[in-house]
Amino acid sequence: MAELKQEKTFWEKLVQIDRRFIYLIIALAMTLPFFFQMGLPIPATKEVKDIYDLIETFKPNDVVILSADFDPSVSPELLPMFDAMFRHCLKAGVKVIAMSLYIQGPGLIEPVINQAAKDYNKVNGIDYAFLGWQYGYNLVVINMMENLKQTFPVDYYGERTEDLPILGNVNNYADYDLITSMNGSSTYMTWLLYAHEPYNVPMACGVTAVSAADVYPYIQSGQFIGMLGGLKGAAEYETLISEKRMATMGMEAQNWAHIFIILFIIIGNIGFFIIGRKK
Amino acid sequence: MLWKKQIPLAITFITGLVFGIQYFVPHRTSENLFNAYVDWEIVIGIFGGILAYISFYRAHTMRIRKKAPAWQYSLVAIGISLLMIFFGFIQGTETGTFFSNMYFYVLVSIEGTMFSLLAFYISSAAYRAFRARSAQATALLIAAIIVMLGRIPLGEQLSFWKLIWSNAPSFTDIANWILNIPNMAAKRAMNLGIGLGIMMLSLKIVLGIERSYMGSGD
Repeated sequence: MAELKQEKTFWEKLVQIDRRFIYLIIALAMTLPFFFQMGLPIPATKEVKDIYDLIETFKPNDVVILSADFDPSVSPELLPMFDAMFRHCLKAGVKVIAMSLYIQGPGLIEPVINQAAKDYNKVNGIDYAFLGWQYGYNLVVINMMENLKQTFPVDYYGERTEDLPILGNVNNYADYDLITSMNGSSTYMTWLLYAHEPYNVPMACGVTAVSAADVYPYIQSGQFIGMLGGLKGAAEYETLISEKRMATMGMEAQNWAHIFIILFIIIGNIGFFIIGRKK
Repeated sequence: MLWKKQIPLAITFITGLVFGIQYFVPHRTSENLFNAYVDWEIVIGIFGGILAYISFYRAHTMRIRKKAPAWQYSLVAIGISLLMIFFGFIQGTETGTFFSNMYFYVLVSIEGTMFSLLAFYISSAAYRAFRARSAQATALLIAAIIVMLGRIPLGEQLSFWKLIWSNAPSFTDIANWILNIPNMAAKRAMNLGIGLGIMMLSLKIVLGIERSYMGSGD
């Protein structure tokens, strides 16, 4: 019996596009925009602007803690956030303390800190402190609320924190004016539970786009002042500090990746409807 | 049985009860007790870390000895970890050292690549699975498209109706509304449910009703 091979209709082909073709289109959509940039404006949303506005109100002795609680897998989204916020703090002249609850965090942020310090002529230990990593996640947060220098006896470079001029009057929760945790999981909950709730330390967070939806209840309740959600949040912050850097460039790629994913979804649905009608 | 069952259950019950009460007692003795617990947790955690390393080397050496499938990867895992420890101790971990270079040019790249592959899989999966099969699926599809457009600068430019009515909400505004109102309501309900679930499970563990954490199907 000869098998009859039915020719696929145009609509059937439309719902069965080869995945390699999709991969190719997405790869091009994400790489070409780095060479041909559109430079579209990225207006800041309220969640991002609230953090920026708060830092703008700070005086030189106010303390901002930036905790890079992430590993390399999510660094393309979170590192630009850290970069933008760290630069803003240096620009505003506030005391900024960089640290991490993740062992892989300090290695990621060290070049960013060094570059920003170089650009703004700031000195480690005087204008900012880089405490590195300490074992214990929630225990680190609990301890540093009571005694920062005891929790971090030495900074990332092995200098005694007692000897760092920037930390002279910085001892415990009463001295922290804002804590911002950038994380790719739910580490912000650790800070919320052990820093904000018992000690009422003002808090904000930076999360990956996929986690952003989880944070909205905490913003509405006032527990978080604001949030940087995904690469867009970082790009919005760069717009606010008038420095178009990593995130703004990345948004060009995200622009086209989203557009092509939406187009593929629409194409798939058109084919699905027409085939369904014919049947 | 006493060591494996009764004593762990008693420790769990006593510590659960003591620290449950401790949270609500603002007395110095209570705070000292909590500080002692924090110190203990750090010490136990460090020993846990050492145990994890021993377990890692044991598991991989066993695989190599038995020539298990893909045992060569175990050799690489052990070799690289020893190399990193060696150079970490000899040169330190500052920028420019072997440790730092391996971290930036191997680990960061590998993890970044693994995670970025998701973009390709998600695109292909969205094209194949995101179909308007029902009213609920259609609502999800429309919400997803609006949020995706709202999360990019081009979304603002594509809100063509703003040319006619400038006060009308753009894709970004609608996406923010979706995230701030319906999404938040659903998340809050889920969080409350999860919170209650955690409380119930904690109580069951403290009272010894839930014993699966002790292993052996107890």
